[in-house]
Amino acid sequence: MREIDAEEITRNIKEMCIRANYFLSPDMQRAFERAADTESSPLGKRILEQLKENLKIAGTDQIPICQDTGMAVVFIRLGQDVHIAGGSLREAVNEGVRQGYTEGYLRKSVVADPLERKNTGDNTPAVLHVEITDGDSVEITVAPKGFGSENMSRIFMLKPADGIEGVKESVIAAVRDAGPNACPPVVVGVGIGGTFEKCALMAKHTLTRSPDERSEIPYVRELEEELLDKINHLGIGPGGLGGRITALAVNIETYPTHIAGLPVAVNMCCHVNRHIHRVI
Amino acid sequence: MEREIHAPMSKEEAASLRAGDSVYITGTVYTARDAAHGRMREALDRGEELPFDPEGNVIYYMGPSPAREGRPIGSAGPTTASRMDKYTPMLLDRGLRAMIGKGRRNSQVKEAMVRNGAVYLAAVGGAGALLSKCIVSSEVIAYDDLGTEAIRKLQVERFPAIVVIDSLGGDLYDRVYGGASALE
Repeated sequence: MREIDAEEITRNIKEMCIRANYFLSPDMQRAFERAADTESSPLGKRILEQLKENLKIAGTDQIPICQDTGMAVVFIRLGQDVHIAGGSLREAVNEGVRQGYTEGYLRKSVVADPLERKNTGDNTPAVLHVEITDGDSVEITVAPKGFGSENMSRIFMLKPADGIEGVKESVIAAVRDAGPNACPPVVVGVGIGGTFEKCALMAKHTLTRSPDERSEIPYVRELEEELLDKINHLGIGPGGLGGRITALAVNIETYPTHIAGLPVAVNMCCHVNRHIHRVI
Repeated sequence: MEREIHAPMSKEEAASLRAGDSVYITGTVYTARDAAHGRMREALDRGEELPFDPEGNVIYYMGPSPAREGRPIGSAGPTTASRMDKYTPMLLDRGLRAMIGKGRRNSQVKEAMVRNGAVYLAAVGGAGALLSKCIVSSEVIAYDDLGTEAIRKLQVERFPAIVVIDSLGGDLYDRVYGGASALE
């Protein structure tokens, strides 16, 4: 049994919250470069250049990339041979979020109750997803999620007879309806299969995948590429002001499902697709 | 067309803008987002004054990240305007001249804009670091307890935006890719 101190979890979460909000991962930066080269609309090109400039200013002048520094979504794969010492995992994560958002000059965007709506003042709690895995390491992914795009996300409980065409129509409809609101160019996370909540979780999780990386399942990879092409013919464009680059990537995860169902979730993410991984 | 415009904004200046124009705004704008709009509605329901007179003024839908020492503001890009649609006609009917945000507006807002000669501008969503450079000062004037959602009075210099909906009801988003969303 390997012991990992709860404080080490806290320190990592704190650093990851801050880093994710000031520096976009190199894979996302490359996606911006490609987009700026491909965009044909002059206004779209100008907006993509502004977004590249925005990233530069964020890193150099220490200003968060976007003022919506998100609700902290944290995925942890916890090896079953690990013992967290000196505190609970959940408290350690929330303490990391508290310290990161307070000391990192990040916006406090969380209300304690969805209807009473009083701000918690420190961006806690995180939304924490823990999976127990083999081994003695802790894999942490922090993905601060902005709500401009989150609000445009959808779930479709399709019928098996709707098939792959139904899936394509649902994803396209979600992106079209999101239009300018989701801060395009977007990254589209899609979960197909499982249950109502499982497909939503997959759609969220797949946003943390690199936009350079495609699914290992051949038909899913083809679907990702076809959907990206179709989305980039919708004409929404950077900032929703018209152009070719509406999406930077479509990432799909799948899971076995019930004989009666075909759940599809579409989690929209703006171009500030923040995700950072560490293994302890 | 690129234009230099002013805030507060005259009726004439608002009327001269057309959907699709690129503008740079200089002057005073007020921030307000979801919670501040809710409070302004409550104030009006109670017959109280608003924290600022909407007449001729410009609202920026924005809640900044905290400012570092010695700086006026943190990251400061636009939030989605449609969440304020429910409250917007009451402000337009009191003279609000322009709004800066991102995303679509509903038909009630468009009608109230045409009725009152107002314009809606979009700033680039997710460019909060870049846009913060155009904000030279920031002062909380109301609802301080709301934190980032407080009403702030900002001085802006050459703040870049695009006219999305003009005072005649012309909508750049409709023109660009046709039709309103099913999810209004």
